[in-house]
Amino acid sequence: MSPFPSSADSEGRAYRNASPGLRFFLTASLALALMFLDHRGIYLAQVRAYLGAAMYPLQIAIDSPSAGLGWVRENLALRATLQAENAALRSQALSNRAELQRMAALQAENARFRALLDSKTRVPNRVVVAEILAVDMDPLRHRVILNKGGREGASEGQALIDALGVVGQITRDQGDSAEAILITDPDHAVPIEVVRNGLRTIAVGTGDLERLSLPFLTRNADIKAGDLLVTSGLGGTFPPGYPVGTVTAVDGSSGDAFLEIAARPAANLDRLHEVLLVFLQEGSAATPGLEPAPVLASPPVETATPSPAIETPTVVNPTPNADTPPEAMVEPAPVTVPEPQEAQEAQEVQEVQEVQEVQEVQE
Amino acid sequence: MRAPRWPVWLLLLLALAAELLPLPVAMQPLRPAWTTMVVIYWALMWPGRFGVFSAFLVGLCVDVAHGSLLGQHALSLSLLAYLVVRLHLQLRVFPLWQLTLSVFALMFIEAFVLLWIDGATGRAEFGPGRWGPVVAAALLWPALMAAMDRVRERLERRDSSFA
Repeated sequence: MSPFPSSADSEGRAYRNASPGLRFFLTASLALALMFLDHRGIYLAQVRAYLGAAMYPLQIAIDSPSAGLGWVRENLALRATLQAENAALRSQALSNRAELQRMAALQAENARFRALLDSKTRVPNRVVVAEILAVDMDPLRHRVILNKGGREGASEGQALIDALGVVGQITRDQGDSAEAILITDPDHAVPIEVVRNGLRTIAVGTGDLERLSLPFLTRNADIKAGDLLVTSGLGGTFPPGYPVGTVTAVDGSSGDAFLEIAARPAANLDRLHEVLLVFLQEGSAATPGLEPAPVLASPPVETATPSPAIETPTVVNPTPNADTPPEAMVEPAPVTVPEPQEAQEAQEVQEVQEVQEVQEVQE
Repeated sequence: MRAPRWPVWLLLLLALAAELLPLPVAMQPLRPAWTTMVVIYWALMWPGRFGVFSAFLVGLCVDVAHGSLLGQHALSLSLLAYLVVRLHLQLRVFPLWQLTLSVFALMFIEAFVLLWIDGATGRAEFGPGRWGPVVAAALLWPALMAAMDRVRERLERRDSSFA
């Protein structure tokens, strides 16, 4: 009955039920249906999350040699090496703290200026560390697996950064793990602005870990090699102000209406082990302190204090020269606070919000 | 007594793991397509036990592991298994170099199906990452075949259904 002459090991049993042609027809139809559903993003999101979770043990197993190597290196390190490392880290922490002091003062100052300019105050974001499993995914796409998932609060669309810049965002939450896309993936785009002049555009991945492309700038755009690009915060996925990369080449020779601009990602994308999940602070996108609109120079206490309070509780005490910045921060705050009627203030706040929303739309 | 099936799936799992093992960025385009090779091998040698349906299941696992479109590798691998099962009697009598060339051609077809689907969903890309695995796999095929033959012969010796 079978369409094939039988060979020693495919005797009878194999083709009893269906010919390979029929089987292929069945599987191909099923595969096409699955692809259609998955591409449209209907029905299958939950299924994929479960399948991804089922794959997690295998990924852990693959990651275990390099994780084990790290453990061995940590545990068999010489005392002298550890001491040297410790000393280096300590001095680095010290210089970081010194930077932070300045930063706290600058932040307060910035909040005041922003208040004067009648614009929103930026709230610092909360971050959580996640590890990247040493697992290679599809070579044509830049995806990674993180060891934190929805159970630790990670969610789809959440931004990832490392110590140097923006890394990517989470595409799929799988409970204990999550799949993320890097900014260099050809499917990814991140809204950016040029620090030098505030020029806004979009950086698209190229499939090359060392290169981003800025395809949407016209020939008269003011951009040149060496410009630093940071997230603009438009679109709401990435918090504003994190470095994305630096422009490496601007090419206008093609005769096209648009420039060909290449940029180099700021983050160390080919050597990632740990990333930070950024949690956008409640209200940072919508309604931070807006009070100061009608007043001349009264930074409200609320906007000035939270940043140092959250960021630098340890900084203020140990170092003797930390005295000035916090005071400078707190002092001017209460000076000219007028005492308007609460109801009117609330109304004003609302109006200001509306005005600001309109401004943003116009921008 | 029939030989157990689990070694087949164990080898496939190892192949899948080998595809996910971390490599330096420069070497990633040259990573052989292990799963595809192992699927070809079993479809070629045991077409009665490892056919289109099994390849489909393997393809689903690859899709999940790679994070690609669900069904993409399932389709390409079941097409591959179909071709190999159809042609297994001819392929088996080829001398090794001819068989290697045929495997190269089959894997090229498989890669082309993947490219096609990528193109339909707007992700077509002609990097070295697309064809490198095919070339590397073809170069490694004789070695893989020799190693797998040992496993298979050991399994068949315990199996009365192989005369």
